[in-house]
Amino acid sequence: MSFDQKFTDQEFKVVGSRPPRPDGVDKVTGRARYGADASAPGQLVARILRSPHAHAVIRKIDTSKAEKLKGVKAVLTSKDLPDLTNGNRGNFDILENCMARDRALYDGHAVAAVAAVDEVTARKALKLIKVDYKILPHVTDVDKAMADDAPIVQPHIAQNNKPSNIANISEFGHGDIEAGFAQADVVIEKSYKTEQTHQGYIEPHACLASVGPDGQGELWVTTQGHFTFRTVCATLLGMDIAKLKVTSSEIGGGFGGKTHVWMEPVALALSRKANRPVKLVMNRDEVFKASGPTCSTSIDVKIGATKDGTVTAASATLRYQDGPFPGPWGMLGAMTSWACYDIANVKSVAYDVLVNRPKVAAYRAPSAPMAAFAVESTMDMVAAEIGMDPVDFRIKNAASEGSKASYGPTYGPIGIGPTLEAVKKHPHMRARLGKNQGRGMACGFWFNFGGQTCVDLNIGVDGTVNLIVGTVDVGGARASMSLIAAEELGIPYDRIKCNIGDTASLGHNDTTEGSRGTFSSGMATIYAARDAIEVMKQRAAKAWEIDVADVEWRDGAAHAVGVAHSNLAPLSLQEIAAKSPTTGGPIAGHNESVADGAGVSFASHICDVEVDPETGATKVLRYTVIQDAGKAIHPDYVEGQFQGGAAQGIGWALNEEYVYGEDGCLKNPGFLDYRIPVCSDLPFIDTEILEIPNPNHPYGIRGVGETSIVPPLAAIGNAVSNAAGVRLNHVPMSPPRILKAIKEQAQG
Amino acid sequence: MLTVSLTGSLRDAANGCESVQIDAQTIRELLRKLVERYPRLQSHLDEGIAVSVNGEIYRDNRDLSFPDGAEVFLLPRIQGG
Repeated sequence: MSFDQKFTDQEFKVVGSRPPRPDGVDKVTGRARYGADASAPGQLVARILRSPHAHAVIRKIDTSKAEKLKGVKAVLTSKDLPDLTNGNRGNFDILENCMARDRALYDGHAVAAVAAVDEVTARKALKLIKVDYKILPHVTDVDKAMADDAPIVQPHIAQNNKPSNIANISEFGHGDIEAGFAQADVVIEKSYKTEQTHQGYIEPHACLASVGPDGQGELWVTTQGHFTFRTVCATLLGMDIAKLKVTSSEIGGGFGGKTHVWMEPVALALSRKANRPVKLVMNRDEVFKASGPTCSTSIDVKIGATKDGTVTAASATLRYQDGPFPGPWGMLGAMTSWACYDIANVKSVAYDVLVNRPKVAAYRAPSAPMAAFAVESTMDMVAAEIGMDPVDFRIKNAASEGSKASYGPTYGPIGIGPTLEAVKKHPHMRARLGKNQGRGMACGFWFNFGGQTCVDLNIGVDGTVNLIVGTVDVGGARASMSLIAAEELGIPYDRIKCNIGDTASLGHNDTTEGSRGTFSSGMATIYAARDAIEVMKQRAAKAWEIDVADVEWRDGAAHAVGVAHSNLAPLSLQEIAAKSPTTGGPIAGHNESVADGAGVSFASHICDVEVDPETGATKVLRYTVIQDAGKAIHPDYVEGQFQGGAAQGIGWALNEEYVYGEDGCLKNPGFLDYRIPVCSDLPFIDTEILEIPNPNHPYGIRGVGETSIVPPLAAIGNAVSNAAGVRLNHVPMSPPRILKAIKEQAQG
Repeated sequence: MLTVSLTGSLRDAANGCESVQIDAQTIRELLRKLVERYPRLQSHLDEGIAVSVNGEIYRDNRDLSFPDGAEVFLLPRIQGG
């Protein structure tokens, strides 16, 4: 059954309220079961041996002593993971990242694995595995990796028929850049660097894998995409997709880092070899070294403007490091860099560059924050140079409906202008600043998308409803989905129980990424509920012995319409459900669809900081997020997404950084030396939700989960620069970097 | 006849063309005809692709019929977090 997905501007009775989340009690009482909380009879414990070198040939791996150790049930190397990828390079890269083949490509790259009866035995066994390495030259810096004499990370990658670390070059834009700069009264160029950061999810990667000799398997795992994990794992291990059941646990943070398979094929392969369930949990050191952080970058920006504040031309050259495997990260930086603005002559060129660091993964609006840092910092510099208020300068150049986006298409209705107008009016902008304090603001953009989605809705005989969705609840989705089902069916919120279905229970659902969860599963929930309503109308018609065309659904009940049926009292959902065994059996609704038309998203942030000129330490005093959410289904969780993105952005801007030594090894793989913000580092983060409906969703929903991390680096950068009196161009803006900048400024 | 703009690495696979003229009613027909004309685009389709129609990005819906005068961009597939 197909339904129209166009926005209808209906009035809501339940949607937009703020009931408690259904998973809340379990989470605060410790009953919720995360990745490491599952166990099985006869379970083994797995550990992974990892390369201590940034780049090395693996000449030989001797596992004989480990295999003989009492309690060891399986030892695995790449020889146990044959290449079944059939020439699919993307899948081969995943396989190679799970277990190094002829070379270790980064510090922490898996080279062997053990499953044993307990953790102590598994650790002992790892020490008995002897790996003969030939150390190779390495490169971890994105700019150095682009040099002609740089060590080559992947010999099969080439530019102009010569091995190169430049995996992809992407170019976007329109107009005549040189002519645009020639029209400008002011042209400012600036170079920026951002260091590599991790998503910093508190829950490490964890799974429980079980594969039997009959080829059937189960995987319990913390993931954002259990259907995708099933497909990838089955493909890499030569299993039938239908015979591998993957269940997503509760997730203790993902932010893009749990969209990728890291160690799950290893756990499944160990289980298959040992014929026992295998539990594999990364420690924090492994999470940092061997699961995907975001890119470090090096970016050059040039903006030209006339004195009246019109940007006449803008260009960016963006260099993103992808780790040892090609990704789309530089391309995404290029596409997002100028998306907030309507610029006649614009160009972005991006380089995806390979280095000897971990494989890069998505991190919440991947690649956009770094590009925004460079662009929005330079926008502030141009505004200052022409003597214009930075908010007014952005408003003058903001994209609007009909603007040609820098990445190509023409925008429909969008929210960048309204967020900037809201900034202008916000009381935060009028608050007084003290000594050593500064204020900054910045804008951000993210695409959002939908994707393949499947939802079931089953109505019990007592009239309560089981809603089964296949996107993972990363931020209150079960509450939002329940609100939508309650709205459609016309019953109270607490009559709905929303579950995340496993891969054996539903059709394929794309990974919960791209801010798609509420947009796409929300749409499928609407359709599934309407499907169930059609069934209930038929049941009512049958009970009344009238034509179903004379039945309509409103306020949670079937109503017979027309004068001829005026004697028929409405039948509630509960009454219809109670009679369902004798009126045709179970009542269910279903929807499978491809949810497209997610609608792009914009945000503007305001930040006040105080910089201690003696220590270089920065304290964030006040922070405000203004973002277009489309319709906010559950405003608490929309605000939570806004605040979460800002909090992560504050950590990224001021503290977080992968520090590599000359040996190419990571020096700070732990939360003591890699400092994410804690409560005492953060101010209350104020939020303002703008509801500009998405025309392609019945409720007007847009994605909200990612855009909030795009502006913080730049907003804080502008605030710190205003407070310190010197432009900061290197993230994180840690105390040593701020002191260095102040000192260099003083020395002229 | 549609004018389809190509961006990023897709342009290279289409012999450097910024835009091409294609007679197609749906996204499915468009992609089939593009690959017939530029076989190197097939690997991009295999990896995933997105089509922007009048500013809305479609990743998987190949059945969409193009409105009259549609603005169509072929984009690399976007990943999110």
